[in-house]
Amino acid sequence: MTTQEALFQYALRLGDTNLILGQRLSEWTGHGPFLEEDLALTNIALDITGTAKSLLEYAAQVEGKGRTEDDLAYLRNDRQYLNAQITEQPNGDYAKTIVRQAMIDCFDLYFYTELAKSKDETLSGIAQKSIKEVTYHLRHTTSWLIRFGDGTEDSHNRAQTAVNELWAYTGEMFEMNEVDAILIKEGIAVDLPAVKLKWEKHMSDVLEKATLVKPENVFMHTGSRKGIHTEHLAFILAEMQALPRMYPDAKW
Amino acid sequence: MALVKEYIYQLLSEIPDPEIPVISITDLGVIRDIIIIDEVTIELKITPTYSGCPAMKQIEDDVRKKLIGQGFTSIKINTVFSPPWTTDWINPEAKERLRQYGIAPPEHTTEDKSWLTGKEKVILCPRCKSKNTKLISQFGSTACKALYQCQDCLEPFDYFKCI
Repeated sequence: MTTQEALFQYALRLGDTNLILGQRLSEWTGHGPFLEEDLALTNIALDITGTAKSLLEYAAQVEGKGRTEDDLAYLRNDRQYLNAQITEQPNGDYAKTIVRQAMIDCFDLYFYTELAKSKDETLSGIAQKSIKEVTYHLRHTTSWLIRFGDGTEDSHNRAQTAVNELWAYTGEMFEMNEVDAILIKEGIAVDLPAVKLKWEKHMSDVLEKATLVKPENVFMHTGSRKGIHTEHLAFILAEMQALPRMYPDAKW
Repeated sequence: MALVKEYIYQLLSEIPDPEIPVISITDLGVIRDIIIIDEVTIELKITPTYSGCPAMKQIEDDVRKKLIGQGFTSIKINTVFSPPWTTDWINPEAKERLRQYGIAPPEHTTEDKSWLTGKEKVILCPRCKSKNTKLISQFGSTACKALYQCQDCLEPFDYFKCI
């Protein structure tokens, strides 16, 4: 694998992860538990989808085969998608959406902080931009997570169930393969085990404040780095891609 | 060339922000550089306010329209991300116009990180200038705004988030 191929795969992985999460979150638009939260999730989804656009645009440019970010988003199938499996998990109840989002916001904060130091100017720039947005998101999702955990018996149980279910998808966020190895050597990619330590510490502190229990020795799902996904991704794509696939010349 | 650059900047300063028409795109600080290549070719560097801000496309279209009207035939617009946009780039005079429009301008500078540790900022009501306001929602009608309410005049208002 050349550095260029690795960079394409890397930008694609980051772009896909943001795109699928943004798509999932935007399902709440018009269905939030109350107006302010509806606005909050819609805004978070917008930031994340915007980051996805920048990353996929860069992936397309690195690949250099004349594809655009829209081609990458709309004309690939599930096995060609590299998003982390946690992003495609159904929204569930509001506790589950918040737990998933807090886990990812927390990962993103430490990940982008490292990526901002990348020797790749575009990735570094996108990361610098995203840090500001993610910090704002994390503040919001963490405050809800603590409120749910330290709230009523019902909200506590729902939050704990969500933590238990989603924890099994967090291991994958820190997996590295040949792509990472090549790019770390070039000073482009982030060393994920270092991010993991910070993430675990941060999540432990938040869960403790929320009076929730951190799961131990959990089986971890894996596969997205090779394009293997849970059954949910294909349904998301079917909806997201319907229009451009049915009307290939559509412009918007 | 410097004069031409100044002229272009002047033209761009006439383009209003698509969502908040009382400030221009140059007030906002999104125009990062103007490079004049020859008499008809120009390159602009712009930076997004928020990654997903839908107004960015509109701003690009408005910029093209404006410059084509002035005889430029080839306009290249490049998006740059670094340094990331900050509300510190909005000039004081534009902040005052925001306030008069009913949007509380970003308070203090982004250097002030005390809010991260839970200290709430005092946001003045853009209508009656009362300090007695409360946060309704951290997110608002656009990516750049949060929602507040004045406890004295009871008016709800948008606050331009300080990032």
